[in-house]
Amino acid sequence: MAILDKHKILETNATLLLVFSFLVVTIGGLVQITPLFYLENTIEKVEGMRPYTPLEMAGRDIYIREGCYTCHSQMIRPMRDEVERYGHYSLAAESMYDHPFQWGSKRTGPDIARVGGRYSDQWQVDHLRNPQSVVPESVMPKYGFLERRKLDGKYIGDVMAANAMVGTPYTDEMLEQAQADFRAQADPDSDYDGLLERYGDKVNVRNFDGQPELTEMDALVAYLQMLGTLVDFSTFTPDASR
Amino acid sequence: MSKTPEKQPGDPNTTGHSWDGIEEFDNPMPRWWLWTLYVTIIWAVIYTILYPAWPLVQSATAGVKGWSSRALVQQEMVAFEEANAPWNAKLVETPLDDIAKEADLQQYAVNAGGAVFRTWCAQCHGSGAQGAPGFPNLLDDAWLWGGTLDDIVTTVSYGIRNEESDDARYSEMPAFGEILEHEEITQVVQYVMSLSNAQTDDAAAQAGKVVFEDNCAACHGDDATGDIFQGAPNLTDAIWLYGGSEEALTETVTNSRFGVMPNWDTRLTEAQIRAVSAYVHQLGGGQ
Repeated sequence: MAILDKHKILETNATLLLVFSFLVVTIGGLVQITPLFYLENTIEKVEGMRPYTPLEMAGRDIYIREGCYTCHSQMIRPMRDEVERYGHYSLAAESMYDHPFQWGSKRTGPDIARVGGRYSDQWQVDHLRNPQSVVPESVMPKYGFLERRKLDGKYIGDVMAANAMVGTPYTDEMLEQAQADFRAQADPDSDYDGLLERYGDKVNVRNFDGQPELTEMDALVAYLQMLGTLVDFSTFTPDASR
Repeated sequence: MSKTPEKQPGDPNTTGHSWDGIEEFDNPMPRWWLWTLYVTIIWAVIYTILYPAWPLVQSATAGVKGWSSRALVQQEMVAFEEANAPWNAKLVETPLDDIAKEADLQQYAVNAGGAVFRTWCAQCHGSGAQGAPGFPNLLDDAWLWGGTLDDIVTTVSYGIRNEESDDARYSEMPAFGEILEHEEITQVVQYVMSLSNAQTDDAAAQAGKVVFEDNCAACHGDDATGDIFQGAPNLTDAIWLYGGSEEALTETVTNSRFGVMPNWDTRLTEAQIRAVSAYVHQLGGGQ
């Protein structure tokens, strides 16, 4: 085993050892990661997925900022008990515009991958303000301060541009109109035709928190009310190969 | 420096490495350990033949067992659906009012409906259906939109004031803050409080009666007992959805309320809707 005899060269040369270790890890990584870019069933082809609207994107950032993912998962596993409780199991396609995805790994609270439309806006606001007022047995902290923090969407275009950079298909028009769309979605009296044209007719346009000001509460509730509602499951056929 | 010990007879060979004069015996691995390793290698080979494993260019090997997590959950769902199919079919076929007449069917409906309730309804209406401020108590006999089984099925199916269902029950109380003077609102609140025998300012309540008749009676009725066709609550029964204090009532009259319930016809099956309605109906207040 001539080559094994040469092992001593590696073991006695730190730099060379580092280079070869890196090489081994690289090969291992490539073997695991590369196929995901070519396998046809990695991300299913589904109808209805769209990038997040500016307001939903802001809500998603608040979701991440407040660490909601540490107690709530967004990943309904393909098991009967989960499907019965939460709805159709999650698809990879449903997180395709998430950078990073919010699957989570801990369920102190329930999974919220399909919480959209399940409760009224008022419930979401009441529940975020004081979870125990509607669910006495809940251990969730209160997030009432969200309705006092106003948002103007000044930087939301930048957030979307950053997402576009890593692959979310935001068009130039979407990026230009980001702030206008941001305000329009929370104001049913505004001219929101452009918003619907860019993101689809199914976008919820409402005053989500019921207050005149546009607040973080609006953004978060807009995000929650969209979760899991995008894919049209009437057109989805599961691929048996996974 | 200590002296390197001499190699004793019976000692295993060394690995050949020598670090600053320190050498390492090349002891063989314990047999049980080595065999466990071989078994795991053999198991890995068998596993990759049986189950989905190796990624190829555009798909992965499917494995000879044809295992699929999605197919499995599908099978399991179908199996349970089939097991309950005769009951569900019977539940859908039986006229609503006759469900309670068949003890077995009623028992099935209440149990299945209880499961549906705890999954989908408990978050707003409470795990014991006791409700919460803004979300009606379903245990009592006060019904905003009617408490017959048929009414409950309609409410569950299409919801209330939501944007998703065209058949949603709908009514909207005006925000009287824009219609009435501040004093009139104070008076009508006093009058409404007096209806359920709360402590009130009698003079203001008397004046409020006129305001009530002019503005509120059209929906809540002359005697303020409400109208289930408009979802207008009975104001005389001391049951308050948003609170019966002077403060809460002033807020209600000034800015009105707009309680929304989602429609469930797109999420639940007809049998599930009937089951959960039967469950709610028998909680205590069903009419």
